Amino acid sequence: MLIQRPHDVPPSEITPKSVFAQRRRFLRFATAGATALALPKAQAAEKLTVTLASPYSTSEEPTPYRHVTGYNNFVEFGNGKEVPAERARRLRTSPWSVTLDGLVHKPRTLAIEDILKLAPLEDRVYRLRCVEGWSMVVPWVGFSLSTLLKQVEPLGSAKYVEFESVVQRDTQPGVRIPLIDWPYTEGLRLDEAMHPLTLAAVGLYGEVMPNQNGAPIRLVVPWKYGFKSAKSIVRIRFTDHEPPTSWNKLQPDEYGFYANVNPEVSHPRWSQARERRIGDILKRPTQMFNGYADQVGPLYAGMDLRKHY
Amino acid sequence: MENRIAAVKIALFFLCLAPLIHYGWGAWQDTLGANPIETLTRGLGDWALRFLLITLAITPLRRVTGWAWLMRLRRMLGLFVFFYASLHLLAYLWLDQFFDWGEIGRDILKRPFITAGMVAFLMLVPLAATSSNAMVRRLGGRRWQSLHRLIYPAALIAVLHFTWMVKLDITEPALYGVLLAVLLGVRLYWRVFAAPGAAMQTGFPRGGQRIIPIQPRR
Repeated sequence: MLIQRPHDVPPSEITPKSVFAQRRRFLRFATAGATALALPKAQAAEKLTVTLASPYSTSEEPTPYRHVTGYNNFVEFGNGKEVPAERARRLRTSPWSVTLDGLVHKPRTLAIEDILKLAPLEDRVYRLRCVEGWSMVVPWVGFSLSTLLKQVEPLGSAKYVEFESVVQRDTQPGVRIPLIDWPYTEGLRLDEAMHPLTLAAVGLYGEVMPNQNGAPIRLVVPWKYGFKSAKSIVRIRFTDHEPPTSWNKLQPDEYGFYANVNPEVSHPRWSQARERRIGDILKRPTQMFNGYADQVGPLYAGMDLRKHY
Repeated sequence: MENRIAAVKIALFFLCLAPLIHYGWGAWQDTLGANPIETLTRGLGDWALRFLLITLAITPLRRVTGWAWLMRLRRMLGLFVFFYASLHLLAYLWLDQFFDWGEIGRDILKRPFITAGMVAFLMLVPLAATSSNAMVRRLGGRRWQSLHRLIYPAALIAVLHFTWMVKLDITEPALYGVLLAVLLGVRLYWRVFAAPGAAMQTGFPRGGQRIIPIQPRR
């Protein structure tokens, strides 16, 4: 059973502060000089007020902060896992607003400050499984996405939700190259989006979301491959049809719309039966729905998951 | 001259070991990032391909510069291709798959990029095995040379292996592809358009069975 008692000590209090304090000081030094003037002032890691430890958290050991924030796929900043941490400093995260529209009663554009007040923030320690065969355990901070979605009162005809990530041509070198049909978009079925596990994440390790992890607000769908969890979201649209999604448009045989973690269904270029947890040497078996089968299995009852991969 | 070539070869030998030392030190010091096994495996593959292109550059370079001594470095460079390709394969078999032969077998059969990598490696095996002077003599110059033309398809398949592995941005494999196309293209150009007498320069005399072992003259 994965639903567990809250931890006695929320992860926000066990952050290896010295590690990233050093790193941030280094980054500030690194940017000093000519470029410093052109850049927004390096943000000090801002603590979030986290009031709840979530019953959805795993008790597994979180992946060290330096790896969670140093090994990322964020193609808007370019290719390579170390690239986002190097380049994302420039991302403008303030002012920020998220537009919720489409098939809803009350379309709205919400400022990030107001979104943060919608619900108490929770520590949620989730497993993250990348389609490339590696995984992490990330102590996210946020609240169930459903809280945000309910603000606009979806119509009965709304069946899907589309998420759009930000495009900032001046701060994101990757979007100047049309490898992906920018903006990056992802999508979920409405029932998936409303599932309590689906997280609107605004931070990790008890702090404001680092830019390279998708500041200031991102999606986290822990039972799906990482690419489904769109970063730096600016728009959420409700539709009656399956929205086109970025990786699926590029290589439909490799990246399905559902993209549920499934050890039985191989990616054409690699097996998905096992994964390497960052920090481990040996691979471990991948779990169905990334270990969240008890909670989300019923969403897919009767579906052929080989066909709807 | 002989002393100078010996010195160049010794220096080159240690230079060729630099990538191994880099990754070995990185693994020891844990500076290979969040996913060191991936960094190591890919890095060794990169260097196998780089040495392959360097090896293929020797003949055109000699022809352009007229520096015949360059040919004396070619075997060592070729063996370093095999050395890094072997380590790359070993990293995959050992560190990535931990000798799970069932999984490895499925990978080879089902994943085109792994199939290509294996094929390219297998093509290198007979070349490494026949690299000694004794083997050149045993095979005879022409047969030896025919066999060693396997390096061309091996290089093409190696670039394909890299291209198929990449997820999105194929800039890097494309760059290797362009370099390879140039190196193979000049050979084709010389073969088709070169003056008849130029055949003398392609390593072995045409029609003759005489062997010219690539070894220091005394």
